[in-house]
Amino acid sequence: MVAQIIFLLFTIAAIALFTFNFRKIIRNIRLGKSVDRNDQPIKRLMTMLRVAFGQSKMVIRPITAFLHFFVYIGFVIINIEVLEIMIDGIFGTHRIFHGLGGLYNFLIGSFEILAFTVWLACIIFLIRRNVLNIKRFKGVEMTSWPKSDANYILITEILLMTAFLLMNAADLKLQMLGVGHYVSAGAFPMSQYLINLLPSTENALIIIERSAWWFHIIGILAFLNYLPYSKHFHILFAFPNTYFSNLEPKGEFTNMASVTNEVKAMLDPSFVPAETEPGKFGAKDATDLSWVNLMSAYTCTECGRCTSVCPANITGKLLSPRKIMMDTRDRITEIGKNIDKHGEGHEDGKSLLDNYISREEIWACTSCNACVEACPINIDPLQIIMELRRFAVMEESQAPASINAMLGNIENNQAPWKYSPADRFNWADEK
Amino acid sequence: MEFKVPTMAELMAAGEEPEILFWVGCAGSYDERAQRITRDICKILHHVGVKYAVLGTEESCTGDPAKRAGNEFLFQMQAITNIEVLNGYNIKKIVTGCPHCFNTIKNEYPGLGGTYDVIHHTQLIQDLINEGKLKAEGGESFKGKKITYHDPCYLGRGNGIYEAPRKALEVLDAQLVEMKRCKSNGLCCGAGGAQMFKEPEKGNKDINIERIDEALETNPQVIASGCPFCMTMLSDGVKLKDKEQEVKVLDIAEITVRANGL
Ligand code: SF4
Ligand code: SF4
Repeated sequence: MVAQIIFLLFTIAAIALFTFNFRKIIRNIRLGKSVDRNDQPIKRLMTMLRVAFGQSKMVIRPITAFLHFFVYIGFVIINIEVLEIMIDGIFGTHRIFHGLGGLYNFLIGSFEILAFTVWLACIIFLIRRNVLNIKRFKGVEMTSWPKSDANYILITEILLMTAFLLMNAADLKLQMLGVGHYVSAGAFPMSQYLINLLPSTENALIIIERSAWWFHIIGILAFLNYLPYSKHFHILFAFPNTYFSNLEPKGEFTNMASVTNEVKAMLDPSFVPAETEPGKFGAKDATDLSWVNLMSAYTCTECGRCTSVCPANITGKLLSPRKIMMDTRDRITEIGKNIDKHGEGHEDGKSLLDNYISREEIWACTSCNACVEACPINIDPLQIIMELRRFAVMEESQAPASINAMLGNIENNQAPWKYSPADRFNWADEK
Repeated sequence: MEFKVPTMAELMAAGEEPEILFWVGCAGSYDERAQRITRDICKILHHVGVKYAVLGTEESCTGDPAKRAGNEFLFQMQAITNIEVLNGYNIKKIVTGCPHCFNTIKNEYPGLGGTYDVIHHTQLIQDLINEGKLKAEGGESFKGKKITYHDPCYLGRGNGIYEAPRKALEVLDAQLVEMKRCKSNGLCCGAGGAQMFKEPEKGNKDINIERIDEALETNPQVIASGCPFCMTMLSDGVKLKDKEQEVKVLDIAEITVRANGL
């Protein structure tokens, strides 16, 4: 009874804490500008199924994709196991679903195999991250926190899976000894090899089985609460992020409606502009970005696939699209914290542009879309870069001198170069 | 030119309408190297007998570099002015000689009141090959030559056009070699996003050199592309590597013209 109460309190506390933090993130995302991403629901659903469920963009790196796939599938399926743990925990039962018989054996058997593959994949990932010299895991933005974040998660998963297999092994041994309520149920293709490592006294086995059980469930609840602080949030947000991702051709940039009005009024004095919300052009701070940009910032897994294909980054420039996403996330989180502390409308004198992302970074982008293409969960760092450029150019008139010269030429000569418009057709005269 | 390039104004005066408008673009109009590509596209249009026209001096920058540099005002000024001209001539179909013009007119003009059926010149060439109107016969033979194709970002990743330019190369019976980074994984030449008009940020290499190094790894006789900006960047790279004698940088239109002996 005591155990049940403790379990219940634990679970409620964990879920409450998670909800609290989760809602904060949603609140932060809502600080972004509105953008309509509710069109074409079927196409959006298919995109989500393909990219997030089907992991279609992972396959470009087959080995990683293979390992990630096991972790992913294992994670999804082992969660079904959590259902049984929950019911057992609340009602004080043991392996409540054992009545399913053959199906139960099949389920437990496959969970075991998956637990093992997850375990193995995480070990390989851990080695890959820390021992092998992979450039993608380095970079200026990969400071101590993003590095340890990944390791914490991998170690947690390894421990959780170990606990799961150990629990099953102890259970199996208890089943074989015919102890108390340890009914004969489940198939144990993996943990059966562990039983020889375990002690043979009943009490010791029960202690191992119970401790592993508690460790496993507390671990899962702790993991849940770790997510909002971590890049591992992607296991939840990859789904909405792909659903709401941009469906238009990558080369197409948004036409700013507020500008259209002004331009039309300039070209045609009789034009009566429609009402549009006033505001600044482009983005200086994270709140000037769209909610989709902000959601993406929370979704980014910091995998660095974007940065590893970025021509600017490859050639040693400061720009790293991964950093753009991480900076955006850090800044919007900071703004959220300010609101919690000082209430809405607090100014801390900082902004995404300059305090987080430098001019040098945004001007190094060739808008080549390689980062967008490479992102396994359809994040668009280029959009953020463009919004920052728009602010720099339209609000501050602060572009590199040669860019200003080019803009001046377009304005005066209708070409980015300083040639006379009258000469535009000269090419036809030459041989 | 051995023939006269028709303008919209002339056609209009004669009470005629073209099948397709050839949008030349700023680079194609003023850049000496790109002008040659422009003339070659005209040769192709003339050769197959498509009724076409250009805007001539009535054409203006699409606004692409302004937009990518972040100046939406200037972009829309250009766009809306151009749309007025295009709609004034009742244009339906457009072929461009530049992926940047192509992308802008195709994707960004509709939202501002200009909706056209836009194709890039490599797509036009692909269609003409499919229709049997271009054959890769009668001119320079590319048979067995090593050709590598560089995907312009705004044609490839920007709009998903990977096959059309390759089709034009396949009919040559040449030896097509892909670079390590190609198609959706292609590497930018370094000119896009208004980079063409400024010095690169400091780093340890220029992007076009990185790209040329990769292209040269395939030991090509020809590096092909379909964009006047890529043309500049790639040619500069080849020049810097002192490989001008061995390696030619050619646009798909130029290759097509040579192969067909136009
Ligand atoms: S679009 Fe910009 S940030 Fe993204 S890969 Fe290309 S140069 Fe890098
Ligand atoms: S933006 Fe996408 S590709 Fe880049 S680090 Fe984040 S998840 Fe990876």
